Amino acid sequence: MPSFDVILIGGGTNGLACAARLQKAGRRVLVLESQSAPGGGALGRSFVPGFRAPALAHIANQIDSRVLSGMDLDRHGLKLAASNLTSTALSPDGNHLVLQGAAGATLTGTISDADRAAWKALRQQLLSFAAVMAPFKQMTPPRLAKGTSNEYLRLAKLGLGVRALGKAEFREFLRMFLINAADVLNDELSDDRLKGLLGFDATLGSWLGPQSPNSLILLLNRLAGEAAGQKAALALPAGGMAAVAEAMAKSAVAAGVTIRSNAPVAQILIEADRATGVRLASGEELRTATVISAISPKTTFLSLIGPRHLDTGFTNRIRAQKSRGGAAKLHLALKSAPDFRGADLKSRLVIAPSLRAVENAYNPVKYNEVPRAPVMEITLPSAFEPGHAPDGQHLLSAIVQFAPHDPKAGHDAARAEMLANCMAQLETYAPGIGALVTHAELLMPYDIEAQYGMVGGNWHHGELAVEQMLFLRPVPGMAQYSTPIGGLWLASAGTHPGGGISGAAGWNAADRIIKEGRA
Amino acid sequence: MIYDAVIIGAGHNGLVAACYLARAGLKVCVVEKNDWVGGAAVSRSLYPGFTYSNCSYVSSLFRPEIMRDLELPKPGLQLIPYEGGAMFTEGGDYLGMHRDHDANRREFARHSKRDAEAYDRYARDVLRHCRFIRPMLMRTPPDPSSFRPRDLSELAWLGKQMFGLSEAAMYDMIRFWTMSISDYLDEYFESPVIKAYQAVASIIGTALGPMSPGTAYVLLHHAMGDVDGNVGAWGFARGGMGSITKALTASLQEKGGEVRVGHGVEQILVKNGRAVGVVLSNGDEVHGKRVVSNMDVKRTFLKHVEEKELPGDFLKRVRNFKVRGSSGKLNIALDRAPKFTALPENSPHMKGDMHFTDSIEKMERAYDDWKSGHFSVDPFQDMMIPTMMDPTMTPPGKHFMSCFVQYAPPKIEGQDWTDADRDAFGQTCLDQIEKYAPGFKDSVLHVEVRTPRELEAEVGLTEGNIFQGELTFDQLLFNRPVPGYAQYRSPIKDLWMCGSSTHPGGGVMGAPGRNAAAEILRDIRTPAKDMSDAYAIL
Repeated sequence: MPSFDVILIGGGTNGLACAARLQKAGRRVLVLESQSAPGGGALGRSFVPGFRAPALAHIANQIDSRVLSGMDLDRHGLKLAASNLTSTALSPDGNHLVLQGAAGATLTGTISDADRAAWKALRQQLLSFAAVMAPFKQMTPPRLAKGTSNEYLRLAKLGLGVRALGKAEFREFLRMFLINAADVLNDELSDDRLKGLLGFDATLGSWLGPQSPNSLILLLNRLAGEAAGQKAALALPAGGMAAVAEAMAKSAVAAGVTIRSNAPVAQILIEADRATGVRLASGEELRTATVISAISPKTTFLSLIGPRHLDTGFTNRIRAQKSRGGAAKLHLALKSAPDFRGADLKSRLVIAPSLRAVENAYNPVKYNEVPRAPVMEITLPSAFEPGHAPDGQHLLSAIVQFAPHDPKAGHDAARAEMLANCMAQLETYAPGIGALVTHAELLMPYDIEAQYGMVGGNWHHGELAVEQMLFLRPVPGMAQYSTPIGGLWLASAGTHPGGGISGAAGWNAADRIIKEGRA
Repeated sequence: MIYDAVIIGAGHNGLVAACYLARAGLKVCVVEKNDWVGGAAVSRSLYPGFTYSNCSYVSSLFRPEIMRDLELPKPGLQLIPYEGGAMFTEGGDYLGMHRDHDANRREFARHSKRDAEAYDRYARDVLRHCRFIRPMLMRTPPDPSSFRPRDLSELAWLGKQMFGLSEAAMYDMIRFWTMSISDYLDEYFESPVIKAYQAVASIIGTALGPMSPGTAYVLLHHAMGDVDGNVGAWGFARGGMGSITKALTASLQEKGGEVRVGHGVEQILVKNGRAVGVVLSNGDEVHGKRVVSNMDVKRTFLKHVEEKELPGDFLKRVRNFKVRGSSGKLNIALDRAPKFTALPENSPHMKGDMHFTDSIEKMERAYDDWKSGHFSVDPFQDMMIPTMMDPTMTPPGKHFMSCFVQYAPPKIEGQDWTDADRDAFGQTCLDQIEKYAPGFKDSVLHVEVRTPRELEAEVGLTEGNIFQGELTFDQLLFNRPVPGYAQYRSPIKDLWMCGSSTHPGGGVMGAPGRNAAAEILRDIRTPAKDMSDAYAIL
């Protein structure tokens, strides 16, 4: 067995990005993946023979530009099936509104001129706010203390960037950065479909409704992403999201990273407050000077390390980290193409008819109940390219909100109820779709936790909420990827800047580790 | 006669501003639309022999500095701190509160030993947040977009406050200011009723549920006050909340200030871009070198100033200023004290705030009803019987009960409240009390039910919002009421704002009025008299 400088736990996108970056910087890296293949949230899933679904994420809009070029993902096989994916705000009467271009640069469909003009101005404003926030995603969060290794020059530049919005927009930024999305949308727009879609986007992957304060910043975070070099655009990788995972894994291996799949870690070995290696579930022990955890911080500290090695206050803080997942994943195998009342199937189809509808879908999860009318984001990968479903048949992949992560009704009953409600909702928008379904699978947040290891089923490995962002992520006092345990680092979506298929957290962590001269 | 300042609205902030200006030697006149002074801090006799605090009903936030500066105890103001409190639970038990921290701790232990331990930590942490925010209440917020020396130095002061904390405390502070109270309490407590009791102050007057981010701040807003230096304590004003505004009026008149009641302002007179006075509803004009509006920002600029006098971006921000009515009020004359099944007769727990909502989930569900445009089916009530402590408000043996109720929307499904809606709302609240105190309804002599509609009509609070504007971050500090206008000035020269729409916001606090007066005096280079800076909390 060769020895490694670094053992990295978790071969998800952040783990792979971190591993590749470190290997290229001269470290020998071993990645330990518990599943049969690396990829994490970007894995594919054959939920029924002949159909291959994106297991969790299904749209690429956050892949970090440094990861894309640094790992040379194009050369390692990443291609796009659609690069500037449109979004369709579905209407039950077929009067759909289509957002074309990045973040809806143009709107097609019947909508008032006043709303068109208002959206143009609002979109511009939101994109400008997103642009000043985006650079923060590519750096280690600062500490709020003197004499730290903060990148003061860079921070000053970014701060000036916010001020450079101009006096009026700077004031608006300070007013709006903790505001709720619904107020902004209601103040500026009147079209329910557009507001519903934007309210849905703001709360996608979160545990908030559009009327919750602090929700607009999540929309800005989303708009700060990019695809195919275009800000705030959406893309579909050819071959599904699994292609991203495959390209990343190939790139990492090409750089010299060793990846061991089916190698779940049972314990991080600690001696004298230093990480010295890991013990696999198989009992095998691997020794190293540097351990990086690219899995959930909660799992890392509470399961792989345990309170024995941690201060009580620290353990409590980790326990208090919120990681409620509100998104479920729906996969349908369809005999033939569904008809969403004429909507282009090569679009991101969104069922979120109004802000009220999104808010109503959110309300029940607060009480661990299932919403009557869930809202959802649908893609049909099979409409873009073959390979996802047998010829003539279709695969529907949807992220459905909001689903309880700890339902009162019990796991099976809640799943069944949620599936029934999803199908009823789909039937309203695509009459007859129920009869086309040959197989259906719904992954509830607790299923996602059980199968993919995300605590609470939250795809950010900890809610991406203001009080868990930037220097508060994953917990205050530990936002610089290092931990209180010597030689142990964090690199998952649970750290800044959070999840989405991005690799940014892993890349930032690697940067930090290199800069600190460790490993 | 040209006054130095005409103040619109004899609510507590208008009176406080007038008092400080009069003490500095200005000739002031306060104009009030109602036949009585007080705004939302009033004692009213609406049933023979009974005095109601029919709007605001308890005191804690009123700045002690102002109380002393203006010598309010002299005309007889007295505050009587709560001696108890209770939250009734559905199973027939209760969480009983005391004046004493350690007694509360023992009661917490009855519900959860772990929570009793956590209570010390919780109380200490909240007090730390109070200590941080208190000095900010009595200062004018800076404009962060400005490079004027005063704004820069004020920003630097804020930065110094912040960076004067330890690193860990800074993180705690930022989390606390942005979190939901539900998440915050989960980090301390496990018992649903203890969490619910602590969450009470996080939703009062607010169109948010306890699971909404930002509600921990609302809790702080209600915890940063004191009664005679006891931080976080609440109490009754003897004789009702009107005693505060009566004392302010006496203090004002003693220094030569005038108050004119009975006619409201129709129009603020603006000549050549300067405010020069007001026209009253009876046609009288009252002229002044400046006008200070204690009305909320929407009412001031959208109803009493001509649109052409205001810049478009300011108007848009004012139109979009959020004043969401979320509460109603029942004022009840009782023939006898209610008998709560859970409590022995004359229990000290009745000498404070009482509630029938024993979990955060129930509070949140009540909020969901509001979001859907209805009043809550199972409302949250902040109920008290001030006459348990203050016998001056009713005939002997009788009682006045005040029920502050959430949630009540400004409109019912987009339609104005009807009398039938109001009565159904009142009935819902009475039924809830009856469940915990059988026979209560038979003891009711008179009920005044106030929905946001009545609050707006009588007091002039737009949409019935008791804070003259939501207390969310987009409307706090330098954002309150509108970015760029957080310094009590308006776009119109000599038109000032001094109401709760301005920093630091609502509650019977007086700080907005005091700060506005300070800005006006600074503007005319007149030294303030008898104006203290914020007292520190030790």
